[in-house]
This record gives sequence, structure tokens and C-alpha cells, in this order.
Amino acid sequence: MSDTAERIKKIVVEHLGVEPDKVVENASFLDDLGADSLDIIELVMAFEEEFGVEIPDDAVEKIGTVKDAVSYIDEHKA
Amino acid sequence: MRRVVATGLGMVTSLGGDVETTWSNILASKSGAGRITRFDPEGFACTVACEVKPADHEYGFDPSKRVDSKTVRQVEPFIVYGIDAAGQALEDAGLMDMSEEEKLRTGLSIGAGIGGLPRIEREAIICHEKGPRRVSPHFVHASLINLTAGQVSIRYGLKGPNHAVVTACSSGCHSIGDASWMIRMGYADVMVAGGSESAICPLGIAGFSQAHALSTGHNDTPEKASRPYDKGRDGFVMGDGAGIIILEEYEHAKARGAKIYGEIIGYGMTGDAYHVTAPQPDGDGAYRSMKMALEQAKLSTADIDYVNAHGTSTPMGDEIEANAVRRLFGDDIQNMSMSSTKSAIGHLLGGAGAVETIFCLLAMRDQIAPPTINLENPSDGLAGFDLVPNVPKKRSIKAVLNNSFGFGGTNASLIFKAVD
Repeated sequence: MSDTAERIKKIVVEHLGVEPDKVVENASFLDDLGADSLDIIELVMAFEEEFGVEIPDDAVEKIGTVKDAVSYIDEHKA
Repeated sequence: MRRVVATGLGMVTSLGGDVETTWSNILASKSGAGRITRFDPEGFACTVACEVKPADHEYGFDPSKRVDSKTVRQVEPFIVYGIDAAGQALEDAGLMDMSEEEKLRTGLSIGAGIGGLPRIEREAIICHEKGPRRVSPHFVHASLINLTAGQVSIRYGLKGPNHAVVTACSSGCHSIGDASWMIRMGYADVMVAGGSESAICPLGIAGFSQAHALSTGHNDTPEKASRPYDKGRDGFVMGDGAGIIILEEYEHAKARGAKIYGEIIGYGMTGDAYHVTAPQPDGDGAYRSMKMALEQAKLSTADIDYVNAHGTSTPMGDEIEANAVRRLFGDDIQNMSMSSTKSAIGHLLGGAGAVETIFCLLAMRDQIAPPTINLENPSDGLAGFDLVPNVPKKRSIKAVLNNSFGFGGTNASLIFKAVD
């Protein structure tokens, strides 16, 4: 697992109160990790703080899985 | 008229994470007060509070028992305390396996005085310092007072009335009283009723200090700071926690063989129309509230054995309330006991009336009046009262009265009696 993925996993575990082994690449925030739309906004805020990136609303809509989040951040982080 | 009884109790206080731990500590004359730990109170006029203790404390509260970690992280402590106390009460009442039909007839009436003040304070700072995009999407529903009722209803699938009272420090009492009427009027057969609060934060302590409501002269001896009726009292000590009672229509409770703690037979509510924070000097609002409850109960003052007073430990309030009780009871004050359990767990604001109603029910169950601790030199105007100083008192208790009064000049009184 990449450094980005590890840091994202830590945030997801903390915010959603899920078991670490559930946070796999293809896990969907909504369907597999018990998040609702407000949880996703909060997760995105945490990613923004952690990686110093800004994730605009239209990008948030495309982040459905852990992998989506990792890819977006790897492409956009400074 | 449909009769209403209490069949389940739940509680979180600075003296315990549940009803029995709190009650045994109350009867052991312990104090839940200490120096504030939620923030550094250095520089504040009052540095004392009765905080709910962490899970590893001898009588701490473990939120993970009934509330998932995501919710604990997202919502304010007053909601977490309320969810847990409601769970305790439903378990105690034996109502964990209700049918869908019963859930449609089960409602909630859970209030608070202030709600998520600590969160409002934190998010306001974030909004101003970091900008609006850093405010949590959970902020609003994590702080709203009616979200305790909302959260409990979602967890347990309860689809009856979903109500929340906000009447400052009488919220808990009004919540229970209102719930009893919802059952009487047929809106529901079961109500999860009570109040919760957690407002121990810089803004909460500063605000009440500036209103000259908090004790400021006992910062070095926190456990002595809440001392209702004592000459040395100088303001209330803020507490946090929750109290929840299951109210149930009597035949419904009887049919399922439920344990019954008592029947609610009187509910008085009045207004002072006098001042935003100060009680009316002649205590007329309090007097009329108690009288209303008593008349509804069709009891005389001679029938009331125990009064759990509002008694917040403020210089004015305690004696004004006592004078109102004396005006109503006359010579019958000699035949009853009256105490303030705020001496032990502080003032839970919107949770106070609920927690104290539970103490009234336990006093009837165990035939013992809980003490007013720290009562060393009673004020001169209190002659003739048994204020249950410092140690509990075994006595016959068949009917109880609980008072709660709030800022804005709002008064509530509840009367319960034992059911044979």
C-alpha cells in the first residue's frame, strides 16, 4: 500500500469507525463503509487538510471508492 | 383518563455511568465535583464542575457500551449521554423487542437547556479562522437539542411523537410532564422522556459566570462548592449527564407484567412573568406550579413525603423556593423531607429535572431520602425543614414532588406516587 493509501485508510478508519481490514482499494464509501453523503463531505475535508490539496465539488462526486480518493490525491498533491 | 406509570430508568452523571452506580454514590454522600478537565479553566472565575467521568474512572461512563464510535466522534456529548441513558431505560423496562405496531405507538420527549454549546464554540472559531469550508457538515445536527430524540428514535425504530422541550433548567421536568400528557391524550402508549446536557466549555462557564450564577468562592475545594441551603453557598456548580424515564400507559404496563417505579399523578407548570434570570422574590410562580401539580394529583400536602427541590445553591433561589414550599405545605413541612441532590452532582441544567425525578422514584423504591451534602450551617430562614443534611434518611416515602425552575421565569413540578 502506498503512503497516500495508508494515510487515507487511517483517516477513513477514524472518521467512519470501521475495521481497518474493511478499508480495501475497491471499498465503496457509501455501500461498503457505511458512510452517508455528509460523512463523505467530512472525509474530503480531512483529506484536504492531510494532503494540502483542494478537492472541488465536481471532483468529490467522482470519488466513490478508496482507490478513487488515492488516485485523485496522487494526481493533485503538491 | 388513561393512567401513566414509570417502567424504566436510565442515567449518566458525574457519579456514575448508570442509575445504580449513581444512586449508591448519592447515598454514600459522595460529590461528583472537581476542577474542570474539559479545558484549562485557569483565569475563569469558576474552575469547578461536576463532569461525567471517563470510562477508566471508578464510576466513569463508557460510551462504547451503547453508542458506535462514529456517532461518539460526530455528535455532542449531550446527545451521546442521552442515547445511552435511553438505551439503559429501554433495557430496564424490558422494551428491547417491541413489535412494529408497538414502535408506532412509542414516542420521545427529550429536552436540553443549551444543547451543543461546546461544538458551537469550536465551529465558530474554525469558521472565523479557517473559513466556512472547514466547518463540519455534521455541525448542525450534532448540536441541535432535538437530536437526542432524533438519534434515539432512529436507533430503536421508535415512530411515535418526536418532541424536545427547551425551557432552560426546567427542560427535563417539562419533558417528562409533556410526555405523560401525550400518553394520556392517546398520542402514544410509551414515551422515552427526560433531558440531557453537556455545556461545560469555556463559553458556557464564562457565560454563566458573567451572569453571576456560578459558585466562585470554592475553587480550591471543588467538592464543597455545591452547597444548597448552606450559609456558605455562592452559586451553582455546572454538571453534565442525562436522565431518561420510560413512561407507559398503566394497562399497557400491567398487561406485560412490567416493573412499575411509580405513577405520575400531577404536573404543574407556570411562569413568573418577572425577570429573565432572577426568581420572583415571593416565589409565587413556584408556589402556583406546585399547587397545580398537587391539585391535579388530588393529594394534600400531608401526603407528600419527599421533595427533590430545585435548590441550585444560589444565594437567592434556595430560600425563595423554600418559602414557596412553606407557603404551600404550612405545618406539613414537618412531616416531609426535602433535599437537593444538586449538592452531589451539580446542576445538569436541562438534564436536572429528569435525573432528579429518577432520584424521587428511587427514593420511593428504597424508602430512603437522598441527602443534601455540604449542609453545615443552614440559612436562618430554613427552620422547620428536614433538609436531609449530609447523610441519607430512611423513612416512609409514598408520594414525591420534584421541582425545576428555569431562566425566563419558567416553573415545572411533577408528583409521582407509589403503585400498590
